[in-house]
Amino acid sequence: MELDRTKLLDAYRRMKTIREFEERLHVEIATGEIPGFTHLYAGQEAVAVGVCAELTDEDYIVSTHRGHGHCIAKGCDVTGMMKEIYGRRDGLCKGKGGSMHIADFDKGMLGANAIVGGGPPLAVGAAIACQLRRPASGEGRVSVAFGGDGSCNQGTVFEAMNLAVVLGVPTIFVFENNGYSEHTGADYAVGSKDITARSAAFGMPAERVDGSDFFAVHAAMQRAVARARSGAGPSTIEATTTRFYGHFEGDPQNYRAKGEIERQRATMDCLARFRATVAADGSIAAAELDAIDRAVLLEIDAAVSAARAAPMPSESELTTDVYISY
Amino acid sequence: MPQLSMRDAINQALHQEMERDPRVIVLGEDVSGGAGGTSGQREASGGIFGVTKGLLPRFGAGRVIDTPISESAIVGAAAGAALAGLRPVAELMFADFVGVCMDQIYNQVAKFRYMFGGKSACPVVIRMAMGAGMNMGAQHSQAIYGLLTAIPGLKVVVPSNARDAKGLLIEAIRDDDPVVFFEHKALYPRKCEVPEEPFRVRFGEASLLREGADATVVAIGRMVVFAEKALDALAKEGVSCDLIDPRTTSPLDEETILESLENTGRLVVVDESPPRCSVAADIAALAAGRGFGSLKAPVVQVTAPHTPVPFSPALERAYVPGPQRIEAAIRQVLGRNR
Repeated sequence: MELDRTKLLDAYRRMKTIREFEERLHVEIATGEIPGFTHLYAGQEAVAVGVCAELTDEDYIVSTHRGHGHCIAKGCDVTGMMKEIYGRRDGLCKGKGGSMHIADFDKGMLGANAIVGGGPPLAVGAAIACQLRRPASGEGRVSVAFGGDGSCNQGTVFEAMNLAVVLGVPTIFVFENNGYSEHTGADYAVGSKDITARSAAFGMPAERVDGSDFFAVHAAMQRAVARARSGAGPSTIEATTTRFYGHFEGDPQNYRAKGEIERQRATMDCLARFRATVAADGSIAAAELDAIDRAVLLEIDAAVSAARAAPMPSESELTTDVYISY
Repeated sequence: MPQLSMRDAINQALHQEMERDPRVIVLGEDVSGGAGGTSGQREASGGIFGVTKGLLPRFGAGRVIDTPISESAIVGAAAGAALAGLRPVAELMFADFVGVCMDQIYNQVAKFRYMFGGKSACPVVIRMAMGAGMNMGAQHSQAIYGLLTAIPGLKVVVPSNARDAKGLLIEAIRDDDPVVFFEHKALYPRKCEVPEEPFRVRFGEASLLREGADATVVAIGRMVVFAEKALDALAKEGVSCDLIDPRTTSPLDEETILESLENTGRLVVVDESPPRCSVAADIAALAAGRGFGSLKAPVVQVTAPHTPVPFSPALERAYVPGPQRIEAAIRQVLGRNR
C-alpha cells in the first residue's frame, strides 16, 4: 500500500523531530544541566517511524533504554518528554522515570526499559490482551517489542518469542541492529550473526531490512502488521542501522573505527535518503520538507525552554505513586 | 603508602589474583569491550566503570572474557566453571541486573555446597556496581545487598573504601563459597591509602572506624562516608560515637556491634536500602534480641523510603539517606531532639 502525502509528511516530521530532539540533547547534556545518563537514538529514526506509522494509539509498543525515538514515533508529547529528561515535576512520568523510563499509556507506549530484554515478554502480554479483545470480524490491535541487537542474546527474549508463537499472538519483534551491544560488536556477541534466523527458528516469519530506508522498514512492517491484525500471529523485523552517537552520552567509542560515524552520517542518514526518494518520484517538494525542518527546530527549542523553566518535583512526591505505609 | 581510588584498588586486586592463580578468570559484559568492533582496538572499554582495565592485555581473551548481554549465562557459566575447578570473577555491571539472573544466583550458585552434601565448592565471585546518587533511574540505582544477604549459602561484601575493597576482593576470590561483591558507584573515584602488596580482609570482621561513648553508629557501604560527615558535625557539640562498618553483611560481625552497644547503650543503623527486611532491620533485631540488656533507647534506623529509586535529582536527594538525616537520627537516639 502506498502512503499518501499526508502520511509521508507526517513520517518525515516525526523522523526529523527525533533527530533534532537527540541532536539538541547531545548539546544540552554537555552543559551538565541534564541529570543521569542518556542513550541517543539519532541515526535509527527510520526504524521507529517506519514501524509506528502502521500503528494507532490503540496499539502497544514496549521500548528500550534508547527509547526517545520510539516515544516520539508513537506520538508522545515532545515537551513532556523533555521535561521528564530534565527531571521536572510535570514531565511525562513526573520526573520519577527519566530518559530510560518514559511511558505514555494514552499513546499505547508501555514504557522504555533499562533492562536489556526486559520489554519483549511485556509485549507478548499486551498482545494477549489484544487477542482477547479482537473483534469477531475485522482487524485486531497489535503490540510491538522494540529491542537492540544486544537484546537478542537474552533468555527473556527467546522465551517471549517462543510464547508468542505458541499462543499465536499479534506481537511484532523489531530488532534494531545498530552493530553494537554497548561497547561490544554485534558480530562478536550474536553467535550466528543472524537475528532473523533465530526468530525464524521459533516459527515465525522474519525478515531483515535496511533500517536507514524508511520505505523498506515501512513495507516490512506492513507485511508484519497485516499478519498480526488478521490473527495469523507474530513476526520479526531485523532492521540494520547505526547510531550516530555512543552507547550513552560520554562514551568515548574506542570500539569504533575512526571516521566510521562520519561515513555513516554521509551514507546511512535516513532523513537524506527519505528526501532523495521523494525528490526522485516527485511526490514531495523539498521546500515542504524545509518548512517542516524549520517548524521542528522551533518545537524542540520551545520544549527545551519549557523544560528548563519547569519546576522540580517537591520532596513530598517521593512517597506518592507507590503503596507505602512506612 | 600509595593513594588509590576504589576503582584502582579493585583493579589491582584483580591483577594480583590473576597473576597469583591461573584458575582466576574474569567474565562479563564489556569487561574489555571492543570485541567485534570496527576500530580493531581490543580493550576498548575495560569495563563500563574502567574497573577491569588492563586485564585483557595482560592475561588474554582466554581468561578475560567479554560476554553478550546475557546475565543468566554469565552467572551460570561462572558457576559451572567454578564447579569444574576455576575461580571465576563474574561482573554484572549494574547490581539491578541481578533481576535477570536471580535463578542462577539463588537456586544454583548459593545452594550447591549444601544441596550436594558438601561435595562441591563453588568459588565464584559476582561483582556488581550499585547505589543511588547518580540520577540513573529506578533500574540502575538500587542497593540490593539486603536481598542477597537473605540468601543462605552466599557471602555478601559491601566495602566502603578502597583499602577494604582490595582486601575483601582478594579474600572473596580465595574463598571457597560464592561471594556477591557490591561496589558503590559513587565510591569508585574516592581515594585512600592502599597497601601495594596483596592482603586479605577477613569476612565477618567489622571495622571500628571511630570510637566514642555516646552511641553506636553502624553504616554500610557509602553510608559510612555520610556517617563520618554527620559525626564530624556532631563532634563540634561534643558528641562522640563508635562508628562501625560491618564490611560484610553475610557473615555479619555481631560481636563487634554488641560489644559497642554494651558501652554506648544506643544504636543507629544506616542503610541505603528500603526499610523492610533490610540489613538495618536485621541489625536492629540483633540489638533487640541479644543486645536488649544494653539498650537505653529505641534503635533508630536510617534507610531509604519504601519506594523504587526516583530519577529526578530533587527526589533522589531526598531518597538517599544523607549526612543530615544521620545527624538527626543520632540526636534522636541521644534524646537531643528539639
